[in-house]
Amino acid sequence: MPHTQHPVEILRLNTCGSVDDGKSTLIGRLLYDSKNLMEDQLEALERSADITGGGQINLANLTDGLRAEREQGITIDVAYRFFATPKRKFIVADTPGHVQYTRNMVSGASTANLSIVLVDARQGVTEQTRRHTYLAALLGIPHLVIAINKMDLVDWSEDRFQEIRDEIEDFIPKLDVFRDVKFIPLSALNGDNVVTASKNTPWYQGPALLGHLETVHIASDWNLNAFRFPVQWVNRPNNPRDPKLHDFRGLSGQIAGGIARQGQTVIVLPTGLKTTIKEIWTYDGSLAEAFCPQSATLRLADDIDVSRGDMIVGLENLPGCGTDLQARICWMHQRPLSPGKKFFFKHTTQTAQAVVTGLESRINMAAFEPEAEPPALAINDIGVVRLKISKPIVFDGYTTNRLTGSFVLIEQGTNATVAAGMLSAPTEAVKPEYTDFAI
Amino acid sequence: MNSYHLDHLQYLETEAIYIMREVAAEFDRPALLFSGGKDSICLLRLAEKAFRPSDIPMPLLNIDTGHHFPELNEFRDRRAKELGARLIVRKVEDAIATGIAVPTPGEISRNRLQIPTLLAAVEEFQFDCLIGGARRDEEKARAKERFFSFRDNFGQWDPKNQRPEIWNLYNARVNPGEHMRVFPLSNWTEMDVWEYIKRERLQVPTIYFSHQRKCVRRNGQWLPVSDLLPPKDKEQVKDLVVRVRTIGDIISTGLVESPADSVDDIIAEIAAARVTERGSRADDKASEAAMEDRKKAGYF
Repeated sequence: MPHTQHPVEILRLNTCGSVDDGKSTLIGRLLYDSKNLMEDQLEALERSADITGGGQINLANLTDGLRAEREQGITIDVAYRFFATPKRKFIVADTPGHVQYTRNMVSGASTANLSIVLVDARQGVTEQTRRHTYLAALLGIPHLVIAINKMDLVDWSEDRFQEIRDEIEDFIPKLDVFRDVKFIPLSALNGDNVVTASKNTPWYQGPALLGHLETVHIASDWNLNAFRFPVQWVNRPNNPRDPKLHDFRGLSGQIAGGIARQGQTVIVLPTGLKTTIKEIWTYDGSLAEAFCPQSATLRLADDIDVSRGDMIVGLENLPGCGTDLQARICWMHQRPLSPGKKFFFKHTTQTAQAVVTGLESRINMAAFEPEAEPPALAINDIGVVRLKISKPIVFDGYTTNRLTGSFVLIEQGTNATVAAGMLSAPTEAVKPEYTDFAI
Repeated sequence: MNSYHLDHLQYLETEAIYIMREVAAEFDRPALLFSGGKDSICLLRLAEKAFRPSDIPMPLLNIDTGHHFPELNEFRDRRAKELGARLIVRKVEDAIATGIAVPTPGEISRNRLQIPTLLAAVEEFQFDCLIGGARRDEEKARAKERFFSFRDNFGQWDPKNQRPEIWNLYNARVNPGEHMRVFPLSNWTEMDVWEYIKRERLQVPTIYFSHQRKCVRRNGQWLPVSDLLPPKDKEQVKDLVVRVRTIGDIISTGLVESPADSVDDIIAEIAAARVTERGSRADDKASEAAMEDRKKAGYF
């Protein structure tokens, strides 16, 4: 593919913290100090400052875009913001801190490379801090920043910073999944250590927040170890004008793990048929290889029955396959989950039906300890459940692959998305019979 | 960057292609909103990338306000023909004539009247999904919207009750009468769009490039003089070298003075810009919640 003159990477991040920890202010500050705010946005801010803010510009108004949010001075929904520096482009999901909106945190964080958890230096570690850090770990976000905000209100005390850091480090080993964790003392309101280093923290040797965001290593955040290709759409031209296309049959999708190579032997699951990749077709021409998360259209050497929801995989590092699954879920609906209920189960490119057959545990958010066999999971609860699926599911453990190890539950009738699920690693890999295709 | 890494445009592209294919696979009667503007031009290229060598498996839909720049409609028709796509155009004028859209006395703008016209088209063709080119960086209410944005029986968006959207697992389920709006360019910025146009060597309507035009100064903006917008007494009229940065109706689109006559020039101009794209759209300036209110009612 051709490149522009200055190709850069995208870093996706989300910010989370308790109410009034200053998340929206921090994003406003990042945009403002990195000169990503435009004059008409500033004018709009100044207009709303005159009307509702007593003349004080409120950087939070940049992200609180809904009428109800401005009226109540809170963030209701995930807001997405974009800014760029010469080094990287950034997609920021600003996720609300209220306990009742944890589902939005899960939405905003599920696609992030990095999470910023804000802590108010005066309040220290709260249940929200623990919950957000735990959720970031649960969602497998590789990089974590603990931004200790409002340091100006504790006189830039190194002792206070260290105290909070110690408390968080105490429970982070239990989470044990982050590739890196960075603690940064800052003041979002005044801009200290946001874009430029602060004179108020001579005792802090690390980078300002933006410098860290520009340089943290994200190149290996995608799984490139095991080839996974959930078939998304069968590409068969009707009445092609080009006679060469009469026999064209391609399987379109996005690579969800690993690398595909032309000529490579693959297995189609769950049927277990073995064939080879004849061509990696794209609009821009055939590729010798393609990798996660590229989109491509695979043409197979044999004309076998493959449809949406099937998974094409390499011969090594085979996934699991089964109908009885264990998963950690975040329950997101007002109506509590109790065992026995039937849902739509959306996983990769397929939808099946699932019954929750049992609730194994519920996480106690204060101690991060599981409580066994809870009667139900309430909204924002996280727990381990057992599921019975209406057809065999080809999957990986979530910690191995976020794309093939995740699912959502959809309530039948209302079509509400009620749970985000992360599958446990399979107890054994699929054992296909290695049927070489033959007519 | 190693060889197994995507740059920002490749990342945005693969995300958008994935979403296009989800629409084709999950909906029975989708359509793609194509105006001929720069964002929907990118959408069409992404549709080609998602579905070729097959035909794009959905028709193109445009709501013609009757106040479009003529250059835009010419481009729209030509591009649809080149792609061999079916183009459906529904006109606000016709909707007014049949009473589907009712102007308030003295209402000149067709902006609000697009809403009933669009919803009537959804009903006429029983569309269950419309793909649009809206981006989250355009406006504060859009910044809160999902990729798959649910619309109820009245075509309404309920911003406080959106479906959580997790990983790339989009809940596309709708009941009869409801529909979905899907925005594959949600994560794109204005700069990304122009960089993509450059990388893909896409044609755009000529009004995006610098040209000479008779303009009238009104409400702090230069608006194009036309039959629909004659200058009033004492208004300042000038021949200027201008271009459009965003295309709305011909009576409300502010023109920017610019010498930019190539995609490279436009990219350089945006990189140095100090106002946002929609800063030149009078329809968004009406109030702080102008877009939110229109979206709730069923706007694009």
